[in-house]
Amino acid sequence: MIAHHLPILQIIVPLMAAPVVIIIRRPAIAWLLATLITWTTLIIALALMSQVLGDGPIVYRIGGWAAPWGIEYRIDQIGALVLIIVSAIGSVVMPYARLSVEKEIPADRIYLFYGMYLLCLTGLLGIAITGDVFNLFVFLEISSLSSYVLIALGRDRRALTAAYRYLIMGTIGATFYIIGVGLMYMSTGTLNMLDLASLIPSVIESRTVLAGLAFLIVGISLKLALFPLHLWLPNAYAYAPSVVTAFLAATATKVAVYILIRIIFTVFGVTQILAVLPSVQDVLMAFALVGIFAASAVAIYQDNVKRLLAYSSVAQIGYMILGISMLSTLGLAGGIIHLFNHALTKCALFLALGCVAYRTGGAGIKDMQGLGRQMPWTMAAFVVGGLSLIGIPLTVGFVSKWYLVQAALEKGLWPVAGLIVAGSLLAVIYVWRVIEAAYFKAAAEDAPAVSEAPLAMLVPLWIIAAASIYFGVNASQTMDIALGAADVLLHGAAQ
Amino acid sequence: MIAGLSPEATLIAALTAPLGGAVLIALTRKSVNLREAMTLVTATVTFALVASLYPLVMAGGSPKVVLTEMLPGLELALVLEPLGMLFALIASFLWIVTSIYAIGYMRGHHEKNQTRFYLFFAIAIAATLGVAFAGNMLTLFTFYEVLTLSTFPLVTHAGTPEAKRAGRIYLGILIGTSIGFQLVAVIWTWSLAGTLDFQAGGILEGKVSGTVAAILLVLYVYGIGKAALMPFHRWLPAAMVAPTPVSALLHAVAVVKAGVFSVLKVSYYIFGLDFLSTLPTAEGLQYMAAATILIASLVAMTKDNLKARLAYSTISQLSYIVLGAMLANSLGFMGGGMHIAMHAFGKITLFFCAGSILVASHKTNVSQMGGLGRTMPLTMFAFLIGSMSIIGLPPMGGMWSKWYLALGALESDQLFLVGVLMVSSLLNVAYLLPIPIRAFFGKAPGDTATFGIKEAPLPMLIAISITMIGSVILFFYPDPVFDLIKQMVM
Repeated sequence: MIAHHLPILQIIVPLMAAPVVIIIRRPAIAWLLATLITWTTLIIALALMSQVLGDGPIVYRIGGWAAPWGIEYRIDQIGALVLIIVSAIGSVVMPYARLSVEKEIPADRIYLFYGMYLLCLTGLLGIAITGDVFNLFVFLEISSLSSYVLIALGRDRRALTAAYRYLIMGTIGATFYIIGVGLMYMSTGTLNMLDLASLIPSVIESRTVLAGLAFLIVGISLKLALFPLHLWLPNAYAYAPSVVTAFLAATATKVAVYILIRIIFTVFGVTQILAVLPSVQDVLMAFALVGIFAASAVAIYQDNVKRLLAYSSVAQIGYMILGISMLSTLGLAGGIIHLFNHALTKCALFLALGCVAYRTGGAGIKDMQGLGRQMPWTMAAFVVGGLSLIGIPLTVGFVSKWYLVQAALEKGLWPVAGLIVAGSLLAVIYVWRVIEAAYFKAAAEDAPAVSEAPLAMLVPLWIIAAASIYFGVNASQTMDIALGAADVLLHGAAQ
Repeated sequence: MIAGLSPEATLIAALTAPLGGAVLIALTRKSVNLREAMTLVTATVTFALVASLYPLVMAGGSPKVVLTEMLPGLELALVLEPLGMLFALIASFLWIVTSIYAIGYMRGHHEKNQTRFYLFFAIAIAATLGVAFAGNMLTLFTFYEVLTLSTFPLVTHAGTPEAKRAGRIYLGILIGTSIGFQLVAVIWTWSLAGTLDFQAGGILEGKVSGTVAAILLVLYVYGIGKAALMPFHRWLPAAMVAPTPVSALLHAVAVVKAGVFSVLKVSYYIFGLDFLSTLPTAEGLQYMAAATILIASLVAMTKDNLKARLAYSTISQLSYIVLGAMLANSLGFMGGGMHIAMHAFGKITLFFCAGSILVASHKTNVSQMGGLGRTMPLTMFAFLIGSMSIIGLPPMGGMWSKWYLALGALESDQLFLVGVLMVSSLLNVAYLLPIPIRAFFGKAPGDTATFGIKEAPLPMLIAISITMIGSVILFFYPDPVFDLIKQMVM
């Protein structure tokens, strides 16, 4: 009975808990409740994945109303994978959050943090679960609005302008998206994804649908921070509280990438898009490649490690879009697995930075000097994350690079394969700068003596870091899911 | 085989023994003696495990272990075959000797952070054995990268700005070439051939056009930056800032031999010698190797710092092995394979001597070493023996590998390359022999007194004697090395 209602529980549990947390107000209880709720969502997500792998896609009608009149939740392999990513990161970060939040957020606003965190989680999970493009917009706004608040909670006053900028850009993105949805609704009269997919071929030639597609892609690209629409991201990541950065960096942009995959492959379908907009492939690939290099190059010159990693995120998003733009099973699988892998990698890196900020109070390269000796476990986790960013074997980053390069070679895209590996070499440089500061430079004269981060923060950090090794050594299972998901998205086998 | 262990279990045990040793070293860091005992015990156990598999490999057995399925259809797997057996035997045996040596050196030279040193040393050995046992190209690539990363803290051990700069060059070239070229070659091979397993006769023939295979060969040979083929050789002299035991075992044996070993493996098991000999770039790479042999020898002559001179000598000698592989005939391959063993013993002796000169007299430059033979007779005698082995004079093992390399070049009708080998031997004479000659017959330079200099500490002398005698034994009794490679090519 419960098993049947898991899809709605995935959303309703964190959604209902958010106002409860706000009402309770006591930081300790709010934290406890939020932790319980996030772990519950993870268990539900895992149960959903096992159902999907066993019996195929799950369809859940809200209130029993059949689609296209009612809202339909629909979970297939990629959806279930995104649910796991979001809920796993969301729950592992929670035990870490208590100390970090106490330090970085004023005591009288801590309850707001936990409330908004749960709302944001709700929105992100909802995007991955829904089969309705308008419902998706609602969840997108829930997650976006709560993330503006989360970013603005930072003690640094620059967080306010960063959040404001994100608000403006994010709202433009969401507006473009909803205009796109409106145009689609005008031509087809439906909002259900599968229904749209079956109706679009008959109206694909119309200008309305084309304009809709254009609005959708640009709007989503803003949300996922595709170069050059990434301008909101570096400041938002740099000035937000550490926990918020780790959570958003690992989930928010990844979910936006998921929306792009949904729109391109499920709603429109590759053949339809290529028939009317053959250049979309080249355009996406060009932006992805320019993004990889421009953002990596900028990352090399950052002195704040949070900003450095933020620019690296923009570059890594480029890899995901690159995989998608190849429109082949291998490329798409490479993009999907990179979505998973990069979530782990970046989360580990930002959590490590959070530990550094907890002890030293800053996240500049200068603050990292001498930490290799003073915070050995934190910095070792940072090294693991850094190696994964570069794509060294035995880390998850290697698996994604492998498939992206293989996909490029399969398509005969020589230069692209060369550019992918050249991009990883740029990562060597910016990772190296941090490692060099931590291990080869003595702490500055006036720097306070620091010790290792508390265990409550180290354990979550190392869970994520260990996961980014485990899924790099033993990637067959995750890769099978990614390949299966890519196959379904491209060929609609199980739809 | 060690009683009760299956060959597969022995293989895993040999790979994990150094890692277990690393843990023990970390646990016993409080007691210096115990920590060094752990290193010695681990090294001995590792060697015993590897050696116990020798009869099996000679009988034609090749145990296989699958560690995990890393990517769908691609395993991390270990397979023991003759060439890997040879490399593992040398690396694990010389690890014992180097451990003895390091005890004398690290104490005598008062190095800091010795626990970290022994720890990463053990990890590097595990990675080396991983390269030796690799059952497919993915496994080899993985351990190759682990080896690069685990030796990095050893290269930068001193923590000085100079060490940091060397570390940048080291990582930059090794990671740059392996990701930039080798990884692309591996993935390309996988998408063309559908397998990365090492198979006798190669996996590429018939599946790719000659042009593509020719490009792949270049990507592989330059992607294996550890083979130090010019122009990607700069990392090796840079790595000489490391403590001498590192230079001796890792940068004369384990790391650089992992490079040329990979080149031999790729030539034999990915391309296959027959297919390789048809590729136009193979001949081009022969000339690159020949150029590296000569240029590096010439550069070595200009170096006054002894370790720098030896580093360039290593670059030159490594290209002998690359040349042997690119000749793509059984004699050349035999010469290349044997040179792994012969050069290992000769060059490690020379590095050991350089380290003991440093510890005993604090001299690093060749020009200061006049007259040292009188105060350090054993060290300088060993240096003479090691030099003669590198040059290829009887009665040292180095003669055999040069012999087969020259035969291989003749078989390919490459008279020019035979000439290169001979000229190179002359150059070796020119940059190596003056050192012991000056030490025995020359006078100490005016500003540096030899007064008060004694021989190096006893553990170092023991280690030097073992490798020196090894070089001689390998002349009279090269059969273990010869028989292993014979299984592959004759």
